[in-house]
Amino acid sequence: MAAHTTYSYDVLVIGAGGAGLRAAIEAANSGVTVGLICKSLLGKAHTVMAEGGMAAAMAHNDDRDSWKVHFADTMRGGQYVNNWRMAEIHAKEAPDRVRELEGWGAVFDRTPDGRINQRNFGGHRYPRLAHVGDRTGLELIRTLQDHTTYLGVTVHMEHTVIEVILDGGRAAGVLAYDRERGRFHVFSAKAIVLATGGIGRAYQITSNSWEGTGDGHALAYRAGAQLIDMEFVQFHPTGMVWPPSVRGLLVTEGVRGEGGVLRNSEGRRFMFDDIPDNYKPQTAADEEEGWRYVMHDKTARRPPELLTRDHVARCIRREVKAGRGSPHGGVFLDIAWIKERIPNAEEHIKRKLPSMYHQFKELADLDITKEPMEIGPTTHYVMGGIKVDADSQESTIPGLFAAGECAAGINGANRLGGNSLSDLIVFGKRAGEYAAQHARKGAPPKVDDGAVERSIKASLAPFERGASGENPYKVQQDLQETMQALVGIVRTESEMQEAIKKLAAFNERAARVGIEGHREYNSGWHTCIDLRNLLDVSETIARSAIERRESRGGHFRDDYPDKVAEFGTFNIATKRQPDGSMTVSRVPLAEIPPELKQVIEEQKQ
Amino acid sequence: MSQATFRIWRSEPGGGAGAFKNYTTEISEGMVVLDAVHKIQAEQAPDLACRWNCKAGKCGSCSAEINGKPRLMCMSRLNSINLDEPVTVEPMRTFPLIKDLVTDVSWNFRTKKGLKKFKPRKPDAPDGTWRMAQQDIDRVQEFRKCIECFLCQDVCHVLRDHDKHEEFIGPRFFVYAAALEMHPLDTDDRLADLKDKSNIGYCNITKCCTTVCPEHIHITDNAIIPLKERVVDSFYDPVSRLLRMISG
Repeated sequence: MAAHTTYSYDVLVIGAGGAGLRAAIEAANSGVTVGLICKSLLGKAHTVMAEGGMAAAMAHNDDRDSWKVHFADTMRGGQYVNNWRMAEIHAKEAPDRVRELEGWGAVFDRTPDGRINQRNFGGHRYPRLAHVGDRTGLELIRTLQDHTTYLGVTVHMEHTVIEVILDGGRAAGVLAYDRERGRFHVFSAKAIVLATGGIGRAYQITSNSWEGTGDGHALAYRAGAQLIDMEFVQFHPTGMVWPPSVRGLLVTEGVRGEGGVLRNSEGRRFMFDDIPDNYKPQTAADEEEGWRYVMHDKTARRPPELLTRDHVARCIRREVKAGRGSPHGGVFLDIAWIKERIPNAEEHIKRKLPSMYHQFKELADLDITKEPMEIGPTTHYVMGGIKVDADSQESTIPGLFAAGECAAGINGANRLGGNSLSDLIVFGKRAGEYAAQHARKGAPPKVDDGAVERSIKASLAPFERGASGENPYKVQQDLQETMQALVGIVRTESEMQEAIKKLAAFNERAARVGIEGHREYNSGWHTCIDLRNLLDVSETIARSAIERRESRGGHFRDDYPDKVAEFGTFNIATKRQPDGSMTVSRVPLAEIPPELKQVIEEQKQ
Repeated sequence: MSQATFRIWRSEPGGGAGAFKNYTTEISEGMVVLDAVHKIQAEQAPDLACRWNCKAGKCGSCSAEINGKPRLMCMSRLNSINLDEPVTVEPMRTFPLIKDLVTDVSWNFRTKKGLKKFKPRKPDAPDGTWRMAQQDIDRVQEFRKCIECFLCQDVCHVLRDHDKHEEFIGPRFFVYAAALEMHPLDTDDRLADLKDKSNIGYCNITKCCTTVCPEHIHITDNAIIPLKERVVDSFYDPVSRLLRMISG
């Protein structure tokens, strides 16, 4: 039996981005013992990359805003397959969660009257995003991290969870390993919160860091939990395309919020060419009106560059395919042009978008105050994930909770920019609260030694195969290329069927991966462990995408280019069967209560 | 496609014996040092240890010493480095080595715990919110840009050469303390701690920390010197000293 240490907590939180930290804070405040596992060092999670802001209807910049408008915007953005209750809770609770951060030391940008300043963003009717320049995610994570420091939460840094272990059908604990020593650790817990973020690393071009390997999705899936909406992957319209080494790196939507425009190689603002009917009443008629909106004219409607991300990404792809792209296969995003409209434009851009300025200056030798950027779509976010109860965030497995990107429901078919950071704090808090409640009434679970031993043995197998095994990095790269090419922005049945076949082959190769060296801080070994998660997640995406024979939000089918009303009545769910196979099913959407239906109708004007 | 050679520190686990090892790899336009390290990892040395996350200069994970200078690997473009000679990539030398390019930076997390936390004044408005003017928070926002890469700690000679980790908190935490001390809402006082526990006096303002900061925070001018001045005003000003003596 391989030696391992054991820890025991009331609540175990896996992941230390915004959702995990907020869950840990809430659980600790309620008096239970809390363990926090993070894959990297504390404060480095992908939340730091969030730029634009967090959406909360505080109505500081436009008093017409309210939770109702935010709710309706979120549902419209999600093409009405969202979990309505989550969208309602989110819209109602986000303002309190943002204000609370200020009491913990966050320093948001201010309005002239000294309140938290809010900016415009795609799909949001009114200026709604509380922000700190374009580094809002850093402010969020640092505030939560520093606040957590004083609460007695035990943090296990650079630990990776390998398996969630159940006891009689409920969550009992996890097996993890620490990178520094390569040793195994068993954590038992009365309640577990998964807050592991996204899946971007399943694709070749992504804004996600190495951590985004769908760990929580895959852990929950293998434990038998239901995942929903996995076909809905968000391709953010503006990622860097040049130089190759930074391809996919995010360019904040804030650039467009501050007046940045998209142009093709002919200099045309092509976003005016295709405005979806349901957004026409809210979209500017011409460039002049769009500019007035940027200048906070309340009578003006927003420019088409601020339409939802799925739509903008497809328009960009269309321009590139039609041969009107930029030299490196993207289109142009121009913020420098605002110097025609305002004095001191250069200073204004540097102050409003400081990290974008540095990012392009240092990584692409380009001054965004003088020249347009080249951008193109990048895999950014997964709307799908672990199916949870809207109020408690509990998954279909008792005692297993999920919050943030790895949970599904609030975003439906497409997430609005800015709704992610607010999602983290609204539902992170709820997950922590309900996990603690669950822990208080539960008896200590038992973690089965047999399950632990089997998992350890499988994890160490790559060392036995050594250099004669498959190179894990190569399998990962091949997987990423396949997902990018066959299950990307535009999908067809035949390509996705081909992807399913390839995934089966990758699974076989993954079973043969080999690694040399010691267990200590071995990146190759870690890649072997990540691979399994990426493969499971990729299969859920491909199978769900095949099942949805229509186009909706982030999911676009070339063979079914239209939205089909019938498909708006259910979510697609994937679940692992005891024999290891994956089943795909349709889960009917809950009926929206009449009063909320009315809210949606009122806001359609 | 051209080639470049990287001289990378390799070590036995647990900070054991180590040596530089040369790796030659192909390079292409726009690459940064971290790209080269990843390429070497994928093609030649799968067990090479290196820390990274965002690859965009926003998380502060990939700190290392490149040709002797503390830098983020992800923000060090190869076209800004002389590639005619091998590029030396080694771990931060101020912290204990774990393996290869990875160091044990846990001292920083422990040190932060020792500082007094944010303590806001009562809310200004009945709804529990505060009012602050943008101009009053500009300087705090500069400090809060810190990505905790710990390059300033790495280069600080009080830590690097004199090993005063137990008595000196280093530039990162002077910036942290300054962000709290200058926060318009904070009501606590950290000056006595800065003088006696953190020994801010050890800093002789050589500005090495400011030079290496990838966020371009004016660590010395805007954080450390103003804190030193506040400490002097509080504890060494003859008038207030006299007043203290009288009032007991």
